Amino acid sequence: MQCPKCHAPMHTYNRNGVQIEQCSGCRGIFLDYGELEALTRLESQWTQPAPPPPPAPQAYPAAPAWGAPHGGHGGHGHYGHQRHKSFGHMLFSS
Amino acid sequence: MNALLPALAARARATVHSNPDAECRCTTSDAVLAERSDTAAVVRHGATVAKAHAPGTDPAELSLRLAAATRLGGTLLAPLDATPVTLHGRLVTFWPYGTPVDPDRPEAAPWEAAARLLARLHRAPVPAGLPPMRGPAKAARAIRRMGAAGPHPAAEPVLKAWAALPAWARDEAAPPPPRALCHGDLHLGQLVRHPPDAGSWLLIDVDDLGAGDPAWDLARPAAWYACGLLPPDEWSRFLTAYRQEGGPAVPLDGDPWAALDVPARALTVQTAALAVAKSVTADRPLDEVEQAVVQACVRMSAEVP
Repeated sequence: MQCPKCHAPMHTYNRNGVQIEQCSGCRGIFLDYGELEALTRLESQWTQPAPPPPPAPQAYPAAPAWGAPHGGHGGHGHYGHQRHKSFGHMLFSS
Repeated sequence: MNALLPALAARARATVHSNPDAECRCTTSDAVLAERSDTAAVVRHGATVAKAHAPGTDPAELSLRLAAATRLGGTLLAPLDATPVTLHGRLVTFWPYGTPVDPDRPEAAPWEAAARLLARLHRAPVPAGLPPMRGPAKAARAIRRMGAAGPHPAAEPVLKAWAALPAWARDEAAPPPPRALCHGDLHLGQLVRHPPDAGSWLLIDVDDLGAGDPAWDLARPAAWYACGLLPPDEWSRFLTAYRQEGGPAVPLDGDPWAALDVPARALTVQTAALAVAKSVTADRPLDEVEQAVVQACVRMSAEVP
């Protein structure tokens, strides 16, 4: 096959399973029917997945007015990191 | 007390081995599971646990509570014998050994099983003549213990939060009806698997069992959650399982706090009072968790006009 622009010979390459012809003179590329769509599809698979949406504000179960402020609005619970040894003891005490 | 523990162990051994002269081949040696001079002492030998109940335990009331445990065998661990014996002036009962919740892995706590057991207990008919559930009495005792320990700056908000509770929650009046069969002292040490390891979870310790407000049995986890100590998902699992089992203490859906508020306040005050008493006795500051409970009392007392 000859390049339709500069008439130099074209060489066939395989790019991720898609056959493309590239001109050995002007480096122009010829795509058969459907090959552009195939390349676009491949490209979209390579783009990074969109970042996950920010987590919805945590819906805590209802708590009384005298309760500790929870993580969602400014305060912090004591369970956040590691269960406190003293609470571990409290769980088992009368 | 010093004579009591060996005597308890001997009685537990005698319950396991009908022939006292035969050699004991039990793989476990005698183990003291709990010992405090003012409350119960518990000794295990092999598959049997002997419990000396607290000094001053009423024998008639204990017998009614033992009978309730025998009748509700799938919910409460049933005693080996429904009649207590007397040993060194203490009432003693015998129980099959069950595997407790691993204190080193509280994150593996069986919250759902605990909730279902409570729901079943609360739905059971209240046996005739059963005395009141002793939750409020224990809260009042914790307040007395704090007072006896000596002065502490945290005592004032704790006492103010206590004073704001209705009389029944302070053990100064009968609880409002309707009353259900209640455990009276639920915490993670009150659950065992029987038969050991493979069996289903059962509630133990009938000393505070009685008729009362069933929300009291949910109030410790509720208080821990409200104080920011119990993670929200563990509280949710417990509450959801209780509702799914048809537990009557809280409405089936919606905000449970109208029912939980008074008992959860009482348990928070009780926990804070015991923490203050222990810190005074040991002459050490309150730790972070104890401070969280005292802070909840501060917020409660701030709500009081």
